[in-house]
Amino acid sequence: MASVPAVLTSEWTKIRTVSSTTWTLISAFAVTVAMSAALCAVMNSQFDDLSDAERATFDPTFISFSGMILGQLAMVVFGVLVVGTEYSSGMIRTSLAAVPQRATFLFSKMLVAGVLALVVGMVTSFVSFFLGQALLGDHRIGIGEDNVLRAVFGAGLYMGLIAIFSMGVAAMLRSSMLSLGILMPFFFLVSQILSAVPGAKSVAQYFPDQAGSKIMQVVPDAMNSDPAPYGPWAGLLIMVAWVAASVFGGFLVLKKRDA
Amino acid sequence: MIELDGLTKRFGNKVAVDQLSCRISPGMVTGFLGPNGAGKSTTMRMMLDLDNPTSGSVRIDGKHYRDLSEPLKYIGALLDAKSMHGGRSAYNNLLCLAQSNRIPESRVAEVLDTVGLTAVAKKKSKGFSLGMGQRLGIASALLGDPEILMFDEPVNGLDPEGIHWIRNLMKALAAEGRTIFVSSHLMSEMALTADHLIVIGQGRLLADTSMADFIHQNSRSYVRLRSPQQERLRDVLHAEGIVAVESGNGTLEIDGATTEALGELAARHTIVLHELSSQRASLEEAFMQMTADSVEYHAHSERGAAPPPVGPHWGDQWNRPPGSAPGAPGGSGGSGGSGGSGTGQGA
Repeated sequence: MASVPAVLTSEWTKIRTVSSTTWTLISAFAVTVAMSAALCAVMNSQFDDLSDAERATFDPTFISFSGMILGQLAMVVFGVLVVGTEYSSGMIRTSLAAVPQRATFLFSKMLVAGVLALVVGMVTSFVSFFLGQALLGDHRIGIGEDNVLRAVFGAGLYMGLIAIFSMGVAAMLRSSMLSLGILMPFFFLVSQILSAVPGAKSVAQYFPDQAGSKIMQVVPDAMNSDPAPYGPWAGLLIMVAWVAASVFGGFLVLKKRDA
Repeated sequence: MIELDGLTKRFGNKVAVDQLSCRISPGMVTGFLGPNGAGKSTTMRMMLDLDNPTSGSVRIDGKHYRDLSEPLKYIGALLDAKSMHGGRSAYNNLLCLAQSNRIPESRVAEVLDTVGLTAVAKKKSKGFSLGMGQRLGIASALLGDPEILMFDEPVNGLDPEGIHWIRNLMKALAAEGRTIFVSSHLMSEMALTADHLIVIGQGRLLADTSMADFIHQNSRSYVRLRSPQQERLRDVLHAEGIVAVESGNGTLEIDGATTEALGELAARHTIVLHELSSQRASLEEAFMQMTADSVEYHAHSERGAAPPPVGPHWGDQWNRPPGSAPGAPGGSGGSGGSGGSGTGQGA
């Protein structure tokens, strides 16, 4: 068997020597933090215009992560490119000739990229939280309050999991373009729209992003959103199940198909 | 030592590689020859465990490729020129490969120097020409200093200087006792580099022979005669029981005779000769003859109608002039107009 630390080192070299890593991860951070900060500032100034229901379920923690709707797309791009460029460049044949053990190869790649995405996700969520709270003025919440740390930590996890989910999808589809063409509209439009359509709502709340984002809420049914039949940790678990399925699917495709 | 045992690959109904069994021995350059689409690349990909064989197996020093712990130290391969990440520098592309097999980083600079890419080591490989990409691929094959090296069409895209360089490199590596396996669709290229030859057509093994034997068996030697008194010459030859084949432009070709005997024969009957030369059919012709079946059958079957081929060369009956020795290699049928008609490589 190939030496796992050697393959991990190799995958780390691959990730740090392409420019797409830098720009996707910086985008994920910058877009999330900037958009969250802007929304926190708007909420602070318009708090009195909110409806009673929204005021009753006002969740300052959740508001400070609202930029993740856009920021997660950069994480999707990062995850897709980490795996997809192996195929688009033809590097996959060279890589598999060097590490013929499919599981070692794929899981090492996903581990290295996943940990990196998780670290960036954590930094993003903590910065986003503290900057957001600073801009929320009187409506702010402290990190020491009940469940707040869980939500901030969970938001970081969410970003990392989105990236790993995308890696699995790219491994299944073996194409960056195809993966992005499916994942971007899904996370940006389909999932958001379906979760607002009455009939589709009950299905859409089991989508990975909808279920996973429950971990970021401190107030139940935050901002007058629809109640979910699961709690924050169960929601995250649903997302983890999606991620596991996509990673396993990617592994099966790599194992069965000709490179 | 690489052993192929009944290696077969099907893509749907199409058989790309069909029951291929052979051995590739160390200390020599083994040429892997076949027309385009014969299954050479598929075979090589199966050897590297990139494609799963439908049946059969490949063993490298007795092991499956997947069981090699650090395969780059056993076997280095050049498959495509473009199998590197274009956004990464040449140096970093090789570095991540080296790290995965615990090859010291110093080796990266060494192989870049060997292939002459030191000057562009820090450049992104997407800007590389085909020839530079080929050199980078060769560098990656040499990285682990492996005992077995495999090159798929290595001269593609190389300039004459590059072709000369890769030929000498392969010979030098073989002389060090390594196993060199190189594919090509050009017989002439193989004749210059290979010691042993494996020929496939339509995925089937057509020949597994030493280069010397292949040349000996397949390069037909014959004598070409041209005379203004052709009718008389033919009668004389016929009377002597010598079979002459007309090859156009008023020339006759005679297998298995010497110029001396024919010259003396013509002198005895006072026949004027304008040409009396000993010819040798090129290896390219011999190769085309050998693979003609598979290629012709392929083109044939795509048209969908027409009966199955009769005999070894289905075009022979109507292409071959009467009186030609059946089955003689390089007969003027088979591989088209130029086949056997005096494109010999010298007397």
